[in-house]
Amino acid sequence: MGGLRLKALRTRVLEPVSLDLQAGELVLVSGPSGSGKSLLLRAIADLDPHEGQVWLDGEPRSSMAAHLWRRRVGLLPAESFWWEDRVGPHFPEDAGGPQTLPDLLGALGFGPEVLDWSVSRLSTGERQRLALARLLAQAPEVLLLDEATANLDPANRDRVESAVARYRGTHAAATLWVSHDPEQRERLTAQGGGRQLMIRDGRLEPWPWA
Amino acid sequence: MGLILLSPFDLALASVLVLLLAAMSWWLHLGVGRRVLIAAARSTVQLMLVGLVLKVLFEQTHPGLVALMALFMLSVAGFEAMQRQKRRFRGPWGYGVGSVSMFVSSFGVLVLALTVVIRVEPWYQPQYLIPLLGMLLGNAMSGVAIALDSLTRGAWDARGPIEARLLAGATWEQAIASVRRDALRSGLIPIVNAMSTAGLVNLPGMMTGQILAGSPPMEAAKYQLLIMFLISAGTGLGAVLAVWIGSRHLFDERERLRLDRLKGEEA
Repeated sequence: MGGLRLKALRTRVLEPVSLDLQAGELVLVSGPSGSGKSLLLRAIADLDPHEGQVWLDGEPRSSMAAHLWRRRVGLLPAESFWWEDRVGPHFPEDAGGPQTLPDLLGALGFGPEVLDWSVSRLSTGERQRLALARLLAQAPEVLLLDEATANLDPANRDRVESAVARYRGTHAAATLWVSHDPEQRERLTAQGGGRQLMIRDGRLEPWPWA
Repeated sequence: MGLILLSPFDLALASVLVLLLAAMSWWLHLGVGRRVLIAAARSTVQLMLVGLVLKVLFEQTHPGLVALMALFMLSVAGFEAMQRQKRRFRGPWGYGVGSVSMFVSSFGVLVLALTVVIRVEPWYQPQYLIPLLGMLLGNAMSGVAIALDSLTRGAWDARGPIEARLLAGATWEQAIASVRRDALRSGLIPIVNAMSTAGLVNLPGMMTGQILAGSPPMEAAKYQLLIMFLISAGTGLGAVLAVWIGSRHLFDERERLRLDRLKGEEA
């Protein structure tokens, strides 16, 4: 279960954002580059100093240790970073929850041997998919995705989209997805019954505009 | 064997060698002749002044004066340690982290050595305290400066991986652990190297001094060993403290990496 509520969240470039996401709801965010989409996601994950309050299923963020919050509200940054030499050690010991790790990797197009691969030899696209696998293996209750398919070919893009859809369904995870691709936003809202928001003049507004 | 006193004439003879060096630099267009002369003049003035100050201090054995001298040495060491860091903390932290760590470690080890090991009476007798403190601070200064420099630089360069670990639910201590380990290691390497080659290549300065002043070599060696152990403990403790305080200050109460607290990023 993961419902997310933002109240007057203030980042450097955006007007204060107030937003409610039901458990399992999909919200797609777009806007010109530099308009503060990534900063908004970083603020929700509490990576940058900012004002405003966030609740996860009614629990205020301030009542929770920051590292517990980040474990439950998972952010996938546009660029993935790795801190060990091999892929495997990046995954949590108790990975997967209901969805086991091999299933998760398989859904994103990898065999279990990928865990032995060296990070430095991964392609950009592989890194992006593995970063998503790493995040989902943490079993977060909310997903914050920043351009999750930017470097992927259509086949892998479809894999990522369906893996996220499956996760969102089984975990009832509210999902805030930043995407610059209008076709992807249309496709996902059509399939998943989500809504779209767009940043205009520093404000996050429902889209299409009335 | 007694102490052979140097006359001003003896020193003047040695200084001719420095003048020759400066002349050679001019002759070979090295462009450092002027700097050599200025550095030689500086060291002459500084050492003479220190000699005078210590002479007065030794005659008085006044705790206030000793404390004043110690404080002066500490503040210079703190400033120097700050200068040697490329990405130091902004504001008072830039000076404070290094100075506090050096203060705690050097004075802790110093008081322990004077009261328990050497057992000087009174313990603040300047003839023992000032030279010991000087050696402790000098080494702690290098260790702390290198460790802090490596810590802040490492955090700056590893922002991506550190934040990735935070996003994976790590605590700030887990996220900075590898940077911290590298910082401590680099702070400790010089003193470990100094201990492992001590006596093989060159005689340590203090031992040389004691031998020149007429001490039996075994006594000089024992004193040198004592000092080395004290210096290692002081440097190690100083580096550990500095890295601990420094890495804590790299994160805020919400465990966010705060590189804006370092110099070099325009907020």
